[in-house]
Amino acid sequence: MEKTKRKGAVIFSKYSRGEGIKRLLSISREEVLFELRDSKLKGRGGAGFPTATKWNIVAAAISSQKYIICNADEGEPGTFKDRVLLLEYPELVFDGMVIAGYTIGAKHGIVYLRGEYEYILQSLEDYLAKMRNDNLLGKNILGKEGFDFDISIRLGSGAYVCGEETALIESLEGNRGEARNRPPYPVNTGYMGKPTVVNNVETLASVPHIIVKGGEWFKKYGTDRSTGSKLFSVSGDCGRPGVYELPWGTKISELLDLVGARNTKAVQVGGASGTCIPKSQFDRTLAYEDAATGGSIMIFNESRNMLHVLKNFMEFFVEESCGQCTPCRIGNTKLLEGVEMIEKGEFTFNYINQLKELGRTMQVASKCGLGQSSPNSFISILENFKEEIFNGNGGAHGK
Amino acid sequence: MESKGDLRAPVSQTPLIVEKPKDTSAIGGMVSIEINEKKVAVPLGTTILEACKMNGISIPTLCHHDDLCVAGVCRICVVEVEGMRTLQASCAYPITNPMKIKTSSPMVRRARRHIIDLLLSEHYGECYSCFRNGKCELQNLAKEYGVDSYTFGHVEKPKYEVDKSSYSVVRDMSKCVLCKRCVRTCIDLQEVGVLEAVDRGDNTHIGTFLEKPLADVICINCGQCINRCPTAALRANDPSDEIWAAIDDPTKHVIIQTAPSPRAAIGEEFGLGAGHSMTRELNTALKRIGFDKVFDTNFTADLTIIEEGTELILRLYKALVKKESVALPQFTSCSPGWVKFLEHYYPEYIDNLSSAKSPQQMFGALIKTFYAQRAGIDPANIVSVALMPCSAKKFECNRPEMHDSGYKDVDYGLTTREMARMIKEAGINLPEMPKSNFDNPFGEASGAGLIFGATGGVMEAAIRSVVEFVLGKKTEDIFEKANIIPLRGFEGIKYMEIPIGDKVGPVPELLKHLVPNWDWLKGAVLKIAVAHGTANAKKIMDDIKAGGKFSECHFIEFMACPGGCLGGGGQPIPTTPEIRKKRAEAIYAEDESLELRKSHDNPHVVQIYQEFLTEGPCGHLSHELLHTHYLKRGRYIA
Ligand SMILES: Cc1cc2nc3c(=O)[nH]c(=O)nc-3n(C[C@H](O)[C@H](O)[C@H](O)COP(=O)(O)O)c2cc1C
Ligand code: SF4
Ligand code: SF4
Ligand code: SF4
Ligand code: SF4
Ligand code: FES
Repeated sequence: MEKTKRKGAVIFSKYSRGEGIKRLLSISREEVLFELRDSKLKGRGGAGFPTATKWNIVAAAISSQKYIICNADEGEPGTFKDRVLLLEYPELVFDGMVIAGYTIGAKHGIVYLRGEYEYILQSLEDYLAKMRNDNLLGKNILGKEGFDFDISIRLGSGAYVCGEETALIESLEGNRGEARNRPPYPVNTGYMGKPTVVNNVETLASVPHIIVKGGEWFKKYGTDRSTGSKLFSVSGDCGRPGVYELPWGTKISELLDLVGARNTKAVQVGGASGTCIPKSQFDRTLAYEDAATGGSIMIFNESRNMLHVLKNFMEFFVEESCGQCTPCRIGNTKLLEGVEMIEKGEFTFNYINQLKELGRTMQVASKCGLGQSSPNSFISILENFKEEIFNGNGGAHGK
Repeated sequence: MESKGDLRAPVSQTPLIVEKPKDTSAIGGMVSIEINEKKVAVPLGTTILEACKMNGISIPTLCHHDDLCVAGVCRICVVEVEGMRTLQASCAYPITNPMKIKTSSPMVRRARRHIIDLLLSEHYGECYSCFRNGKCELQNLAKEYGVDSYTFGHVEKPKYEVDKSSYSVVRDMSKCVLCKRCVRTCIDLQEVGVLEAVDRGDNTHIGTFLEKPLADVICINCGQCINRCPTAALRANDPSDEIWAAIDDPTKHVIIQTAPSPRAAIGEEFGLGAGHSMTRELNTALKRIGFDKVFDTNFTADLTIIEEGTELILRLYKALVKKESVALPQFTSCSPGWVKFLEHYYPEYIDNLSSAKSPQQMFGALIKTFYAQRAGIDPANIVSVALMPCSAKKFECNRPEMHDSGYKDVDYGLTTREMARMIKEAGINLPEMPKSNFDNPFGEASGAGLIFGATGGVMEAAIRSVVEFVLGKKTEDIFEKANIIPLRGFEGIKYMEIPIGDKVGPVPELLKHLVPNWDWLKGAVLKIAVAHGTANAKKIMDDIKAGGKFSECHFIEFMACPGGCLGGGGQPIPTTPEIRKKRAEAIYAEDESLELRKSHDNPHVVQIYQEFLTEGPCGHLSHELLHTHYLKRGRYIA
């Protein structure tokens, strides 16, 4: 298992179990929302939606039931930071859920745990039992009248798309994991039709720090539009792969130095659905406003064949598309076929350009984020590595 | 809306400041929007698609269907909304805020074209060898968008085997566009749920439970999925080749009975708008094609009313006078889709089904007995065809128990669509045919039989007779023009009470051997109900199971198909609420135009009880030929 290579100043700062929950005894839900808004925390699951806005909508909704769901599906290739949080810092994640429950008025939290993480289920259940024992969960938490909240854990069944929040909810409701139409959004009509907050593990793990140390403190890290710090799951060609906490705004080149990467040709930022950044752009920063990522950083050195890299990604999407909507279901197959044509040297540039156009359609016409982002690597790898791909691998045969 | 009790917030909640809506134009239930730079106001919650339609802007659709819930999966209907990064599926986007919409921007046109190209790339077969040629939504899209080549290729081999196992529905998944209309039909409209998307990605396809052949799962053969499939992926099991062969065989005497619903809809296949009845034109066309006799199914519909009505009276008599335990309410049994639904889902209620056969099967049994005798034809040489609005009728005529004449009572069930193709193949333009009458000895039937085609029609026909039998008064004296309006219309479930009062009439001749008088019905209130679409049927059945209001009914009409037979699984495609309404109007108008409007007044019915079924309704011969029994299938025997 990867070791946490670098403990940063925010998520991994000092925090003692239950500290954030204790704070709730003296502050109101508006104050929680105020700190959260002040911190400018954005979702760590990929989309980067402001967390305070999401919580506020659900908090303001009038409903007999509300839910907070912790998205621990962690299916993006190359991400493993949520697992580290759950294994080593469960207090952050669960305290974050309790705070969310208190703020939005949910009595029930659900962790949607990636099926492959079944082996950590027992330790999490044990941890929850301890929380119940200490009255950090259950009825009248820490003696506060009416402060009821509990958490259950549900195992996913291994589809990447089930990390998408509406497919996740479908899956929780016992249906086939397929994305829903939006609107309505989960904050209005979520799990069991009730207002629901879905947050990434890391988003929730940031919350207790903010509640204890304040939004001002959180904002000291990162950039103006990307506050705080981020956990990066670093893998590929480097000396020290693992999970790193770095402030947003870190340059790609800085990160490469830190992890001991040499002869780097390309960095895939944001997993299979992210973009592939070539050497010439390594001074770009990791931030919502520049190279955004839910955490996955894959490093490729000069020895790698970028067409193979791309083929791997496309095979992943062909396999993982839920098959519901036309652009994604058939589009990804066509893109993969295109890669295979290039591989065999049996293609025309005209057709490859048509496929790129198709990719642009997929980005705007697919029903969910999967199909909307699956052409990213196709487009970015073929553009940024034209030379290598078309002059080296069969490109010479292109017509 | 949440109930009052729901408003009680958890104690941990203190009131919050709710953000005001950004724009106040949503107030008053209308939202002002811009479509292609034109300002319009639409009711809050209208979808973009509806808003565009209201304003005369057409948007292509494929997975959308007026009868079904939103899917938003084909993406052909995407439009651009200012300020949004992605295009939005107009069929799935409810308007709640002011927005600016573009329905034909370059990005939109490119996306639509790509989507059609992608669908075609995976679509097996060519239009000229396809039965949906000219009536296919995918083909229409390709035409509309000027597709003249396969941008992303075209499959050369079918990906899936054609499933022809079912008597009723043929599935060819290599022509499927995964719009899921069939899935939504089967689950939402029919609450059967035998179809579902299986597998992921490029392997996604519509499958059945454990990928079994359709004949081996609990499909009720209603064919509603066929009616809503935009392509040739679903179709009915077509017997027209066998029928042509019989027509061409000089030793065969080929008879066709025609049901009222196909007659009210077949014009649609010939370019007429919905709601043109073609009954008499059809008689001529069928003769010209080569059918030896054309009979009116309404004759046996009239007979069904007498048999089923008598059965009801007998059940009530046993329950009220003899205090025997009998199954009540009595359920109609003329819809084979409904019958199979009950056999699967509520097998414990099969005794409630009327044992009277459907009009199709009654006719079948009479043709190969009564008619064969009269006409002096060997029943072995008779080929009996039934023109029906229905795919389940194909299954019904193949039920092993339907051999009471000693032969297969009805040889083939033919749908409206298949009939239209046969007529066209014979070079006949139906609307131009001169009119002619039905053949004897069954001749013309009553309007009561005719309205069997619409939901509530069987019940209305039954009430027209029962009222006269019991009260000794004319139906017209109770219901204006004998139209029983509360039983009409497309509400999912209809309910009606008819108080018998203190005055009853004499027992009519036909029933004298069964009940001595009607005194036992004095002061009773007859409670009846009507449901169409098995989702509605299920509501009633669950209510009965729970001992609710419907468990106190005496007689309930159930039709498997939404709208009744006029919306049957063999009817012309497309089907929409509007089209079904027009077909119903045609049927009711034809009924009102007739002299003869009550089953028991039909002289041929009176005659058959005098000359053939001499023991009267529910007598021995009736039971042998006109009644049947059912199977407790449960969920596992298909
Ligand atoms: C195909 C797909 C897969 C996703 N997988 C995950 C995931 O594994 N974990 C996650 O937290 N968010 C995932 N997301 C993002 C979620 O839909 C959602 O935006 C996120 O859980 C919201 O939490 P946040 O606001 O805290 O980031 C995925 C999105 C898509 C489109
Ligand atoms: S984009 Fe892909 S994963 Fe998302 S709904 Fe469409 S087919 Fe399914
Ligand atoms: S289903 Fe439609 S598009 Fe396909 S072959 Fe038939 S007519 Fe053509
Ligand atoms: S025929 Fe009816 S029951 Fe059978 S699959 Fe189609 S809709 Fe479902
Ligand atoms: S079988 Fe027909 S209705 Fe069903 S998904 Fe395929 S194309 Fe659509
Ligand atoms: S018609 Fe709107 S997505 Fe299919």
